Amino acid sequence: MTDTAQDMLPSGPAVKGKLSRDDIIMRGSMIIIALYLVVSLVFPLYAMLSKSFSTYRVELSQYEFQVSNEAGRFDGTILTGAELNARTNTFADADLSTGADGRLPVTGFFPDFSFRSPVMYQIRNTTDTGRFLIGSNLQTGTDWVTLDSNTFRRVQLRPVKAQGLDNFVSYFSTPALFNSIKNSLWIAVLSTVVTVSLAFWFAYALNRSCMKYKGVFRLIAMAPILVPSLLPGIALVYLFGNQGMIKELLFGASIYGPIGIVIGSVFFTFPHAFIIISTALAISDARLYEAAASLRSSPWRTFWTVTVPGARYGLISAAFVVFNLVITDFGLPKVIGGQFNVLAVDIYKQVIGQQNFEMGAVVSVVLVIPAILAFAIDRLVQSKQVALLSARSVPYEPQPNKKMDRIFFAYCTLIGIFIAGLLAVCQFAALIKFWPYDLSLSLNNYQFDRMDGGGWGSYVNSIKLALMTAVAGTAVVFFGAYLVEKSKGFRTGRALFQMFAMLPMAIPGMVLGLAYIFFFNNPANPLNAIYGTMAILVVCTVTHFYTVSHLTAVTALKQMDREFESVAASLKQPTMKLFARVTVPVCLPAVLDISIYLFVNAMTTVSAVVFLYSPKTTLASIAVLNMDDAGDIAPAAAMGMMIFYTNALARIIHLLASRGILKKTQAWRSR
Amino acid sequence: MLQMIPPKETYLSIRDLWKAFGSFIALKDISLDVKEGEFICFLGPSGCGKTTLLRAIAGLDLQTKGTVTQGGQDVSNLPPSERDFGIVFQSYALFPNLTIEKNIAFGLENAGRSKAEITARVRELLELVGLPDQGRKYPAQLSGGQQQRIALARAIATNPGLLLLDEPLSALDAKVRVHLRHEIKELQRKLGVTTIMVTHDQEEALAMADRIVVMNHGVIEQVGSPTEIYREPANLFVADFIGEMNQIGSSVAKGGRLAVGEKTFACLPHGLADGTPVIAAVRPEDVIPHEAGYLETSGNRNCIDVQLAEMEFLGSFWRCRLTNKRFGGKELIADFSINAVRRLGLEAGCQMEIELPDNRLMAFPVAGGEGAKQ
Repeated sequence: MTDTAQDMLPSGPAVKGKLSRDDIIMRGSMIIIALYLVVSLVFPLYAMLSKSFSTYRVELSQYEFQVSNEAGRFDGTILTGAELNARTNTFADADLSTGADGRLPVTGFFPDFSFRSPVMYQIRNTTDTGRFLIGSNLQTGTDWVTLDSNTFRRVQLRPVKAQGLDNFVSYFSTPALFNSIKNSLWIAVLSTVVTVSLAFWFAYALNRSCMKYKGVFRLIAMAPILVPSLLPGIALVYLFGNQGMIKELLFGASIYGPIGIVIGSVFFTFPHAFIIISTALAISDARLYEAAASLRSSPWRTFWTVTVPGARYGLISAAFVVFNLVITDFGLPKVIGGQFNVLAVDIYKQVIGQQNFEMGAVVSVVLVIPAILAFAIDRLVQSKQVALLSARSVPYEPQPNKKMDRIFFAYCTLIGIFIAGLLAVCQFAALIKFWPYDLSLSLNNYQFDRMDGGGWGSYVNSIKLALMTAVAGTAVVFFGAYLVEKSKGFRTGRALFQMFAMLPMAIPGMVLGLAYIFFFNNPANPLNAIYGTMAILVVCTVTHFYTVSHLTAVTALKQMDREFESVAASLKQPTMKLFARVTVPVCLPAVLDISIYLFVNAMTTVSAVVFLYSPKTTLASIAVLNMDDAGDIAPAAAMGMMIFYTNALARIIHLLASRGILKKTQAWRSR
Repeated sequence: MLQMIPPKETYLSIRDLWKAFGSFIALKDISLDVKEGEFICFLGPSGCGKTTLLRAIAGLDLQTKGTVTQGGQDVSNLPPSERDFGIVFQSYALFPNLTIEKNIAFGLENAGRSKAEITARVRELLELVGLPDQGRKYPAQLSGGQQQRIALARAIATNPGLLLLDEPLSALDAKVRVHLRHEIKELQRKLGVTTIMVTHDQEEALAMADRIVVMNHGVIEQVGSPTEIYREPANLFVADFIGEMNQIGSSVAKGGRLAVGEKTFACLPHGLADGTPVIAAVRPEDVIPHEAGYLETSGNRNCIDVQLAEMEFLGSFWRCRLTNKRFGGKELIADFSINAVRRLGLEAGCQMEIELPDNRLMAFPVAGGEGAKQ
């Protein structure tokens, strides 16, 4: 029987499985969520990319003119726009390259022009693509149009759209713009080095020493996550600004610029670096230290040969995460950057300040490159760290060492003072009547309705946005992760979905927000209706923070038995019943984690939504930005602290609620 | 209700089934009939394709080619939810957040049963698997063996026509395993449900199965009752995989006898041509011990003189290692009864003779050789 005459698969079609109702439901749902990601991410990014290559130029040779004599008679002389311009030098070449809204008046071609003269003018396009305006009426045909001089002065030439690299050429030939690349990279690298070094020793102290109050320090280290990135900027203004409390410490240097950005960046990226490095240090193997001790290695040598290599993936990963956060951050450099230009702020300035959308798109493309690189390297490194985790290791137990514990305690106290101090300064500033002249306490700064930025309404809007993002986002993300993890077959579809789910992490918020303008603000887009509503803010925020939520869900789902779905199918029970009765309850801790993550980020985010809010949907975080912009720094600090307290409260409620719910629903966990 | 339901007509029929994972072929041209009420074991080393075959039967991983017919209906391309089977996995896959009762009731819901009916059925099943008082506990509060029984109860709750067991006992410790395999077999007899179990443990297969399907490298090597598989292995793989088998290099001599060195032995018919290199195979318990000089006195030509190199006492018998330079440096292993050892006065180092009975001595072509045993 061992002789198998043929070892080759017989030809002919493979058995094609009939899809069950569940398969159809799951694939259908997966396609819907994938479509959501396409519409909320891929299409907008494509719109932005194509915008960055769109150029608008007035082609003067496409127009022909005739001028009559005083009696209104034309002698048949036809002049092109190009010839007229060459004769009169009305427009320089740079004037002809313009934006989508560019318009050029034509009277300059005729030095003798007077709108009172009886001279008549004729104008026409020589090609079908030519366009010009008479008043607000667009003229496109190639027929001659005869106008009196009073009407002729209202003629404006419109540019022709083309694809090309012109925008990039003009970007790189404008030093004021491309200097930002250097600035952004420099700031990001410096902040990364400082944050990672500080966070490493902080994490080391918390994991490897026996000092006291570790729980308090851990709590303080996490606090910056709860505030918008621009809040430390406001605190720094109070400390080191022109009327700062301790500005002498800077010895005349200005806080407005790189110094302020770096200090603020260290503040808001610290928790991110701390979590990653702490995780890396927590998994180190005690056996390696025993081996080192038995080989009489000095503590210093052990540190460099065991500790640092063991945490190297964590360090690298933390470095890239911090780099990415700093280079894509917009709020902080906006508040404290002064004349120091960085990429993220350039996007804002180009779009909001100059209405130059094409250039905004170009800067976005430039910003995406380092962000995607940092993201890709981080993913690569993290996939390696998982392999390290699976090793069977003995947890390291630190031994008390009075001297070292004291040094670590002092160090952590300094960091703690830095973090808690900046927050305290903000709170203090919010309660002072008028710094530095009237130091009496008052709640005046909380009367947001008297300031720019939308008042208390924006605070309410922020809470609405955060709640809707948490609920809708958690549902979409978790369900999507379930479908992609547990559905059968459909490999290409699932791989595509995974790719879409990872993409948001690599896209800076500013870029996403700008992309949304291009995509959703297009009147031809049927989804145009959601532009300017709360819905687009929710969609944008969910998409912006999709990746981390998705990864949390996937990690939880991977711990579920692979065969649950098979068992449910064999018992003829719908997969959705299994999902509701088993998957969601078992994964509830992860579901709650995702929802609080989305809530907190929706409260603090500035970058993506700054392009998308409307007067009806102003947000607290944007209000901080706008009040600061308008010079109302104290109310800005007050609003920033409101966000902090709201997030802190949300975290506490989340903690209590999860404890309560988990006690009820996770009774099965205890033996 | 303890009498065995006699095997009836074919319930499950697999025809020309292939399964490919990319360029790797996991199952090659499998055909198999399973009769109603039968207990079938798929037995083979890991990676032989037995689980793949089970999953194809369940529709969990569809075959690439071939058909599966269950109860007269072609189910080849149906999804699992449209087939009729219950399944128990190695991990049990009990829902951790549902009580035992709810786990068992999971498949009973949405089928037009009243709450009272479901409760009654759950109680009945709990009693059937011998855990009547555990219904309100969670799976994590039960031992592995208990969890296994709950998984079984859940699988049979809806009275499926086919019960599939994927290595159901391999996560348990040895004692529980022996106990449970007896219970599962009893239960299967009681219910008369056609059952297919995947296992890599030959003892389990021999003890439980009505018929064993021995698989290797994606093909079926032999199908037969446990005694057939053990006593009449179809080829060297089966002979070697099931139980212990002495293998001695040999070749076919005149009259189909087996030549070991200059000595020839009578053996079971094999239909191989003279001169074919073969492996002579005999099980340790089939070797008959005799005192030295027995060949002279009896004239039995299937005897050979050996030295008893080593003896190992295994409780109910002695395991002996026998040497003779004709075995090509290999030791022949023989299990002798305590009785025989005492009667013959055997001890390590002594010279003795052994008989390789002609109705127990088998010949297999050397692996990769042409032509199987007829």
